[in-house]
Amino acid sequence: MSQYQLYAVGAVLLFCIGLQGIIVCRHLLKKVMAANIMGGGAFLFLISIARRNTIETADPVPHAMVLTGIVIALSASVLALALTRQIHKTTGHTTLEDPTNNRVEK
Amino acid sequence: MIIWLVLLPFAGGVLAFALARWGRVIGLLTTAGTFAVGLIFSAQIWQNGPQRYLVGGWSVPLGINFFADGLSAVMLLITGGIGTIISLYSISYFAPTARKGEWSENDTFWPLWLFLVGGLNALFLSADVFNVYVTLEVVTLAAIGLAALAGNAAALTASLRYLFAALIGSMAYLMGVALLYASYGLLDFQALQQVVQTDAPTVLALSLMTVGLLLKTALFPLHFWLPPAHSTAPAPVSAALSGLVVKGSFYITLRLWFETFYGQIHFSAGQLLGALGTAAILWGSFQAVRQKRLKLLIAYSTVGQIGYLFLLFPIITATTSRDVVAAWAWSGGLFQAISHALAKTSMFLSAGVLLKAVGTDEIKSMRGIAGHLPLTTFALALAGISLIGLPPSGGFVAKWLMMKAIIGSGQWWWIPVVTLGGLLTAGYVFLMLRYTFLPQEANHPFKPVSPVMQGTAFALAVGAVVIGFRAKELITLLNIGMGFPEVPVLENPGL
Repeated sequence: MSQYQLYAVGAVLLFCIGLQGIIVCRHLLKKVMAANIMGGGAFLFLISIARRNTIETADPVPHAMVLTGIVIALSASVLALALTRQIHKTTGHTTLEDPTNNRVEK
Repeated sequence: MIIWLVLLPFAGGVLAFALARWGRVIGLLTTAGTFAVGLIFSAQIWQNGPQRYLVGGWSVPLGINFFADGLSAVMLLITGGIGTIISLYSISYFAPTARKGEWSENDTFWPLWLFLVGGLNALFLSADVFNVYVTLEVVTLAAIGLAALAGNAAALTASLRYLFAALIGSMAYLMGVALLYASYGLLDFQALQQVVQTDAPTVLALSLMTVGLLLKTALFPLHFWLPPAHSTAPAPVSAALSGLVVKGSFYITLRLWFETFYGQIHFSAGQLLGALGTAAILWGSFQAVRQKRLKLLIAYSTVGQIGYLFLLFPIITATTSRDVVAAWAWSGGLFQAISHALAKTSMFLSAGVLLKAVGTDEIKSMRGIAGHLPLTTFALALAGISLIGLPPSGGFVAKWLMMKAIIGSGQWWWIPVVTLGGLLTAGYVFLMLRYTFLPQEANHPFKPVSPVMQGTAFALAVGAVVIGFRAKELITLLNIGMGFPEVPVLENPGL
């Protein structure tokens, strides 16, 4: 197993850890962190494939994709944190409450 | 030309953010302008066929490619048309800013709404799997911002749940993109089509991308986030989410399955999606029948109607060439997407009218609205007719084509699904309308509602019915660039 394949396997593991975190963790901050770990896994996987063909220089396209992806992940995290804060403000909880008794807008 | 479809709404969004006081004017002008550009652009595609455009003149892989065929044109038209009507409705729905220096729902709505329209347009024009991911994220983030607009605990929680589901979906999709790029070094939908093989990494890539997209399209059992998010948002937002946003990820699934990977996908994968669609139709419609609140009923109806979209997958995957059965399934599925978009937006806008008039969206409170809000009742009924699939509505043409395809393909086991789904749909539409004709309770005064709001909801419902008469043109446009044969059944539109 080459160095880059090892990176790829590590990235996939991170991806799975993050996925499990989003589903299992109840605290919203932990969920946001797990989402970032999951995203990190996907990005590291993209970076690891840049050297896939043992060419001289790394392929720049996956790097460009990762940069774009990081910007998106950042905006999504910010939105998630803002919503988390607002939920904490209005309900006092830091978890997703059971949505069975939804109240529709006034 | 093509670039304005994306540039115009984004520029409008930024302007509406900077000049919040002018948000509604900018919003309406921008959506109407985008629709006008979309019309001219579709006419060009109608005459000259598919178009490719290199943004800034940069070629692949440095630059971004836009590509538009008939499918893109139809999606752009739907987004533009429904978008303009939602804008008109929202002007009356959201009260203008009360005091200076304060952000109201109205001020936040317009920039996000324009970003949503711009994101959708960019999505329908993107030519490669990665840009589609970027645009889908723009759409999702704008949609979640809009869904949280009401600001109460239920809306915030529903939006955050939506956001987490969407994040898992987009990361799975991105992982699939990475796997595809690792194997082929290409991202373009059409370039990939030339080289893809069915080896293990490719199958895994397509599976990851599909699961991610299905999570965002809310196909059963990945629909859990949809009903709370769509029912707690303000009415025009619910309309846009149910009518337009879920169609974005559905569109990408279509491109992947029937353009890039056409002919490579195993029969059983198509059957699996069809089975999930079946479960969605039955479960969504069953839940809709059980609801006590109008907006939740409509949201569960969306879960059910999305199921119909996935009945075209088992049929087209079973075909080996683009024959007439595939053409029926293709036009039927897309027609379902279009008529559902029109009918569902109309229903949510009508629910908004009701909320303004009665103050609650409990179905019981709809007593007597037939006499008081006849136009809204009529809109709900017309939209319902299209959802059930009664002739001569758009929904009828969709189900008719779907049935033709099912029978033509010999996969008879989907026939009871379509029939039973229609019956259940009829069930919740009649439940919804039952109270409107009952006499009003004495202690329940109605508040006046702007005629623009009633009129726009009605116009969309009429649209959902009359597209049944223009089926031939729409189907011809849908087919441009996709290579399906002519659909002979619609020589007599309407039947």
